[in-house]
Amino acid sequence: MAFLSFDNVQLRGVSACVPKRIQENISSPLFPSDKEKAEFIASTGIERRRVVDIKITTSDLYCRAAEKLISDLNWQKETIDCLIFVTQTPDYILPATSCILQDRLGLTDECYALDISLGCSGWVYGMSTIASLLAQGNFKRGLLLCGDTLSKVLSEKDKSTWPLFGDAGTATALEYNTNANKIDFHFGTDGSGSDAIIIPDGGFRNITTKDSFEYYEQAGDEMLSRNRLQLSLNGMDVFSFGISRAPQSVNKLLEHIGAERGAIDYYVFHQANKFMNELIRKKLKLTDEQVPYSLKNFGNTSSATIPLTMVTEIRDKLETKTLKMMACGFGVGLSWASMSFATEKIICPEIIEV
Amino acid sequence: MPEIKDFVEKVAALFEDTDAAEFKPENIFRNLEGWNSLKALYVIAMVDEEYKVELKGDDIQNSQTIEDIFKIVKSRV
Repeated sequence: MAFLSFDNVQLRGVSACVPKRIQENISSPLFPSDKEKAEFIASTGIERRRVVDIKITTSDLYCRAAEKLISDLNWQKETIDCLIFVTQTPDYILPATSCILQDRLGLTDECYALDISLGCSGWVYGMSTIASLLAQGNFKRGLLLCGDTLSKVLSEKDKSTWPLFGDAGTATALEYNTNANKIDFHFGTDGSGSDAIIIPDGGFRNITTKDSFEYYEQAGDEMLSRNRLQLSLNGMDVFSFGISRAPQSVNKLLEHIGAERGAIDYYVFHQANKFMNELIRKKLKLTDEQVPYSLKNFGNTSSATIPLTMVTEIRDKLETKTLKMMACGFGVGLSWASMSFATEKIICPEIIEV
Repeated sequence: MPEIKDFVEKVAALFEDTDAAEFKPENIFRNLEGWNSLKALYVIAMVDEEYKVELKGDDIQNSQTIEDIFKIVKSRV
């Protein structure tokens, strides 16, 4: 059974940075009729998204989020022992962007830096990685940076992806603390669904050729047009995966830690789309108040969705209260994970715009 | 045991603007008024909720009629 548990690791703060540029789905030219557009917005719950300028990378967003968080925490940079960078839109194929960020953030050269390639489940996996590094007490402080600039790998002529995804970068700060509450995890992976969300070319299975740039239309629909260097999403497969695996995982973890549903203050889910997330919420019999959403203004921001939702939706509660939390990420891989944790008046700066 | 009549009614209920009387087992669902990719998700959600059966994208893509989908559901209940 894929459970993990850590003592001695305290979540200290969360911050998020998004680009200033807003794209309104109501102005999208991708839908054949206003009726279909309205139905899309109503069922996905996504009204607008943030989209970066072509010159801005995921690591630029992280830098701003991390600098603000480090300063609000009053951390000296030399006290940060590890840096985990979760993204699928790194600066380069190589070197690892976490190494570049060690330098840009001015962290010590005796810093552990690691890139992880995960999307929607990435924040929870990243938390487990950093928790395992800190739990023994040799490393005292760690930064987890999660997010993507997926707009750079989407086709603007693809209604199955372009209106769903937004760009965001987040920073999460963790610290070794022997008084910390336990953090518990449940994990899952199903690589048989690896083609459900995929950029087919540009890696080393299908290296980039001239053909990679050729646009093709799915099902003869000119509004489902993309090339092989852009993200392709099988909405039906991802949907049926999400509505079954996410609630299963949360239920398994609740049972494992012996907690009642009502005893958790907030369940922060990966923000896929409202229709899918509401089904998950109803299957788990959670109340509206327990399940915050940032979908309306930011869409699906990959591994940033969970920390971004914490910052934009429950920031005041996180800063002033002690909370029992559950997070669950699910998607590209296919990969999913749930995490139960507690927060005690964490540092949570207002969202940063660049 | 799932009944086809019941299944067709449940599919019809997903289409707010289309008269339920127009829904027949032999209907090619892609030709139904109001059919779009979102409706496919509604069907997957309905089947998950009502029959506890997981439908994949291929199950929908390889089906032509409402009855084709019903047969898949029936075989997995």
